[in-house]
Amino acid sequence: MKKEAKRTLIKLVVAVPLMFAFGFALVPLYDVFCEVTGINGKVFQSEYSEELVTDDGRSIAIQFISTNNENMPWTFKPSEQVMKIETGKYHAATFYVKNTTDKKMTAQAVPSVAPSNAAAHLKKLECFCFEQQELLPGEEALLPVKLLVSNELPSNIKNIILSYTIFDITDYDEEAIAHNQMAME
Amino acid sequence: MSAVIENHHDEHDHGPAKGITRWLYTTNHKDIGTLYLWFSFAMFLIGGAMAMVIRAELFQPGMQIVEPEFYNQMITLHGLIMIFGGVMPAFVGLANWLVPMMIGAPDMALPRMNNLSFWILPFAFFILLSSLFMEGGAPNFGWTFYAPLSTTYAPPSVTFFIFSVHIMGASSIMGAINVVVTIMNMRAPGVTLMKMPLFVWSWLITAYLLIAVMPVLAGAVTMMLMDIHFGTSFFNAAGGGDPVLFQHIFWFFGHPEVYIMILPAFGIVSHIIETFSRKQLFGYSSMVWAMLSIAILSFVVWAHHMFTVGLPLAAEIFFMWATMLIAVPTGVKVFNWVATMFRGSLTFETPMLFAVAFVVLFTIGGLSGLMLAIVPADFQYHDTYFVVAHFHYVLVPGAIFSIMAAVYYWIPKWSGNMYDERLGKLHFWLSFVGVNVTFFPQHFIGLAGMPRRYPDYALIFADWNMVSSVGAFLFGFSQLLFLFIVIKTVMGGKKATDQVWEGAKGLEWTVASPAPYHTFSTPPKID
Repeated sequence: MKKEAKRTLIKLVVAVPLMFAFGFALVPLYDVFCEVTGINGKVFQSEYSEELVTDDGRSIAIQFISTNNENMPWTFKPSEQVMKIETGKYHAATFYVKNTTDKKMTAQAVPSVAPSNAAAHLKKLECFCFEQQELLPGEEALLPVKLLVSNELPSNIKNIILSYTIFDITDYDEEAIAHNQMAME
Repeated sequence: MSAVIENHHDEHDHGPAKGITRWLYTTNHKDIGTLYLWFSFAMFLIGGAMAMVIRAELFQPGMQIVEPEFYNQMITLHGLIMIFGGVMPAFVGLANWLVPMMIGAPDMALPRMNNLSFWILPFAFFILLSSLFMEGGAPNFGWTFYAPLSTTYAPPSVTFFIFSVHIMGASSIMGAINVVVTIMNMRAPGVTLMKMPLFVWSWLITAYLLIAVMPVLAGAVTMMLMDIHFGTSFFNAAGGGDPVLFQHIFWFFGHPEVYIMILPAFGIVSHIIETFSRKQLFGYSSMVWAMLSIAILSFVVWAHHMFTVGLPLAAEIFFMWATMLIAVPTGVKVFNWVATMFRGSLTFETPMLFAVAFVVLFTIGGLSGLMLAIVPADFQYHDTYFVVAHFHYVLVPGAIFSIMAAVYYWIPKWSGNMYDERLGKLHFWLSFVGVNVTFFPQHFIGLAGMPRRYPDYALIFADWNMVSSVGAFLFGFSQLLFLFIVIKTVMGGKKATDQVWEGAKGLEWTVASPAPYHTFSTPPKID
């Protein structure tokens, strides 16, 4: 084979694993992109910030939705369906949860925000979705969320929906969960 | 372009080996091209038989013939087989036959890899088809295999599906690398890039697309494999993954993939229209630039397949405009084909009939694509039969008509015999009527709201579904006529001249018909 042909061949053969790696690189890139722009409704844990707290906030409604992933028998519902809140102030809400089975189970709640462009302005100081819940048979609990909606929220948004889906992760690989947990934070 | 061919019969002109080993061990680009073409024909008939099952079930509302589970397996396998087994190998086969002859090269640059890239394909499809007989049945999640439907909720055979996609990907990547190395390094002296025949150009661009996106597809199915078997959560929300991410990765592969299936068709049609118009092709360099821009744009439009997943408004607007931008270079190509025919001395042999039908029907498919690109309209059209009508218009009378046109156009060169013109025309008219009767009514039922991928439908869609099924049977069975014509031509018939067609230009028409086993052992001289 001619030398130039070999050079073309090597370039192309190198390109293939690079593009394969690029496919995998899309996973963290997607997370970073979503965190920066806040566009897929994912909300990450944020630190307490004095700057976000103001007194000239406006009044909006925040609506809580709870969903059970199929095969998840627990009772799971918000303590209040709708809350009137002020932007620029910290508010607390709770979700009621009960393990209705006779087995010890572990659960993970996954949040989502609609409309998606509100997600970047929703700051969660504390959320049960940042950790797993382990409940004994019949045990019940009130799960806390502490959040603030920033005053920067686009003025056309008057209603935010915060939805949680609860998943049964009892049989999940500990290590995989720990890893994904880190990826989320 | 003219060329001087030297036939050195004094050096020993060894022909093909005898028996089955000729095909197993061959490194000859013409043999491998033939293998690819026959393989894709077999897959076309198998995938077509599945389409017949689908249309038979949809002939009337209500469940008639198959179980819903089996229907889902049919639509999944029909899509996968037609794309990865029908259209793509057919184009690779044409590239094998034609690229070396068009650029004056003795063979492909990497003949052994060429053999390997073909011979792993039958195994990939054997594995895929064998899943029909496995517990839980074949893959049933559609050709787009969205996670978590294809991970958490998939039948056990999904692992075999993943493995077969890996093999298909490896085959395509090797084929593409071979094409690029051949074109970049083995052109006869004088064949500069901007003098290359358009089919060669179209394949050079296609090959780069393949090398860029097939590894991403391999990555997507590997992530699925890990989610299913190794406890990761790439696409599993419970473990912190994201199902929408799957769609992004898949369509990052998927959209360039649809251009992989149409760019070589652009090349083929340009040659055929030029020949039967007996004129020089209008706007050669704009054709090249149009294909390049289509290829580059194909990487920034993927999210138009997912307008309804909840993208932010800015992203929807960007992907809408980027998608519409593709209509510009595509329009340039259609304009050039029409301008080539304008005031030409046209004759309508079978390849030309298919090529003209391609231009008209592909344009219809392109325009319905433009309608789907409009975000607010897409919320209505998404996942309806309108989408089915759209992509079948660009794939069947688009890609597949171009492959049929290519077979009729070059088969005299391959076999040395002319095909039966009367039967060829009959095949064209049956296919043309069949395709339109099948897919045109699907626009109507789609706009009226019939969703895709269901084995049953509301009564109001009954009439057009019946029409569509009748068209599908007509189209399906007329392909057996195509098989008969091809076999008849290979077996014998009127001998073809070397140039075959009066207006044919290009190096492949300067060699004897049938093309000798080895051509251009000494590079031709180009003026």
